[in-house]
Amino acid sequence: MTAVSMFAQTPLLTEQIVAPVVSWPAMIPLAVMALGGLLLLTFASLLGRRVGTPFFTWWTVMTGLIAFATAIPLWAQVQGWDRRVLWWNPENTPAGAFSTVGGAFGVDGFSVLLTMLICLAVPVCALVMAGTSERDGERHVEGPALMILSATGAIVMAGANDLIVLFLGLEVLSLAVYVLAAMNLRRVQSQEAGLKYFVLGAFSSAFFLYGIALVYGGTGSTSLVNITNFLAGNLLLGSSSVLVLLGVALMVAGLAFKVAAVPFHSWSPDVYDGAPTSSVAFMASVVKVAAFAGMVRVLVVGFGTFAADWRPVLQILAVLSLVGGALVALVQTNVKRLLAYSSISHAGFILLGVEAANETGNRAVLVYLVVYTFLVIGSFAVVSIVGRSGDAMHSLDSYRGLGRVAPALAGTFTILLLAQAGVPFTSGFYAKFYAVIAAVDTQSAWLAVVAMLSAVIAAYLYLRLVVAMWFVAPGEQTPKPGIRIPATTGVALVLCVAVTLFIGITPGPLTSVVDEAPPAVVQPPAAQGSELPADLLNLLDGGAGQESLTTDPGSLPSTSGGNP
Amino acid sequence: MRSIDAGYLVLAAILFSIGAFGLLVRRNPLVMLMCVELMLNAVNLTFVAFGMMLGDLAGQVTVLFVLVVAAAEVVVGLGIVVAMARRRPGATADDIRVLRG
Repeated sequence: MTAVSMFAQTPLLTEQIVAPVVSWPAMIPLAVMALGGLLLLTFASLLGRRVGTPFFTWWTVMTGLIAFATAIPLWAQVQGWDRRVLWWNPENTPAGAFSTVGGAFGVDGFSVLLTMLICLAVPVCALVMAGTSERDGERHVEGPALMILSATGAIVMAGANDLIVLFLGLEVLSLAVYVLAAMNLRRVQSQEAGLKYFVLGAFSSAFFLYGIALVYGGTGSTSLVNITNFLAGNLLLGSSSVLVLLGVALMVAGLAFKVAAVPFHSWSPDVYDGAPTSSVAFMASVVKVAAFAGMVRVLVVGFGTFAADWRPVLQILAVLSLVGGALVALVQTNVKRLLAYSSISHAGFILLGVEAANETGNRAVLVYLVVYTFLVIGSFAVVSIVGRSGDAMHSLDSYRGLGRVAPALAGTFTILLLAQAGVPFTSGFYAKFYAVIAAVDTQSAWLAVVAMLSAVIAAYLYLRLVVAMWFVAPGEQTPKPGIRIPATTGVALVLCVAVTLFIGITPGPLTSVVDEAPPAVVQPPAAQGSELPADLLNLLDGGAGQESLTTDPGSLPSTSGGNP
Repeated sequence: MRSIDAGYLVLAAILFSIGAFGLLVRRNPLVMLMCVELMLNAVNLTFVAFGMMLGDLAGQVTVLFVLVVAAAEVVVGLGIVVAMARRRPGATADDIRVLRG
């Protein structure tokens, strides 16, 4: 057999191009985010000096909220609620989870819930960022615009039903975040953080992509739908199973880097330390949400049949992150690094949920992500205020006696830290509770014990901060009395604390929503390869061309899918 | 899988390893960027080889997506490198040591 014969055998050109089935309503949250970011950049450059931070912030908040609003009907559709909330003709799309764009983008409870979470996190982060730029007298549109674009990638990852789509989402997310990390041109640490994050991020993305290529070689497809079908119907033998296992391992490494699980965590303290604090709030929340969404999609949904193989790996990652994060955080004297290590420890808890790979685990992941997002944004919002202009005052000494100087700020931070420690009547308690339940549920009680021990260690470091704020006299680096809390940051803080306390006191609404949000892999509607000529004709006719590609032409509504 | 085809995969694996190794040992930010490119292109070669073996177009279409991503990555990477070079001409990765992991 020669190389030439290999090329001769492949019937590449005779294959028919299949027009993908696109359900446009499912794409609206994504489109709102992408357009919002691009239009913001356009307007900002057209209007020049006439617009400033208030406009950018207003725009970002509105984009996030509109995208959130457009995701609500999707949720209604997935849950099969009263169809009157839908603005499109519901008869073409049956209730329940579905996939679209030829099965590349999944709309299920999991993806819609995380889309909503991301859409809410962006406005809160924008408020924090607005406070910082207003205080420092900066006027840059790049921060809000990059946040919106990065969130677009996060939404793509939450719904990705195809490994290549997942990779594209990951890159859209990451490329914007690299720039966010390097954005402060006055601080050399910021650019170092950006370069470090970029080099290591690109390194891990390449591993992730190589994993996809190997899985493609082993299963013959990158689509999770086809992969699950293939794995369910075939027993992998010899080289194929090696390829798939190696591919999954490389993908786990790539995603573990993004969530900063312990052997792959070394970038995170440096980047959190160097990057502007308001960017860190975004990085720690949205990037982690998206990376865990991708992890669940790949491992639990796509390679659930390989759970016996990847579960030990995740258990090791979880234990190392839980213990390593908490222990190293103890010796930190810089609050941003301390929070970075504590977020590594949090990632360990979420890994417990992923590792369980069942309903309990899914509930643990989603509850933890929702809770953690608001906790971490709030915490870094406080850090951005105490850090003061120039992002320089992040040592523990800056927090000494903060309770006497600025009681409201210290009180807010105390609530958020206690929640991170998992104190009852705060949201963090339920997050940790469900994570431990998930570990117990899968017969790995030793993991639960490790998790609880590490929670005790971590509690010490949060209490150390609380004690420094309330029971120590103010030092030289402590902010002067009357330190100004920018109004927008204040709003963000109030929101975060409200969410934390609300979930802590009444967790019922969150858990009932989360229980309706299982990840799913759904077959796309039947492909239309044989009908391609008719579709092409429709497309050439203009008019409702796009719509006729999506559905059977006979059952089309008479309007071309517009709003009422 | 035929043995002759495995040659492309082995070549890709070797290229990928060279890229990964280079990224870890070289200290010039520009060379590190090139190593990232080498890794991505090794993956592209893997995709094309598998696509040919499987008789599937998707492997080759994927390469186009990866090319676009690689280009975008270089743009962002060069932007960050230039921003650093403006502050400190001739900086190498060894000079980047204000932050210690």
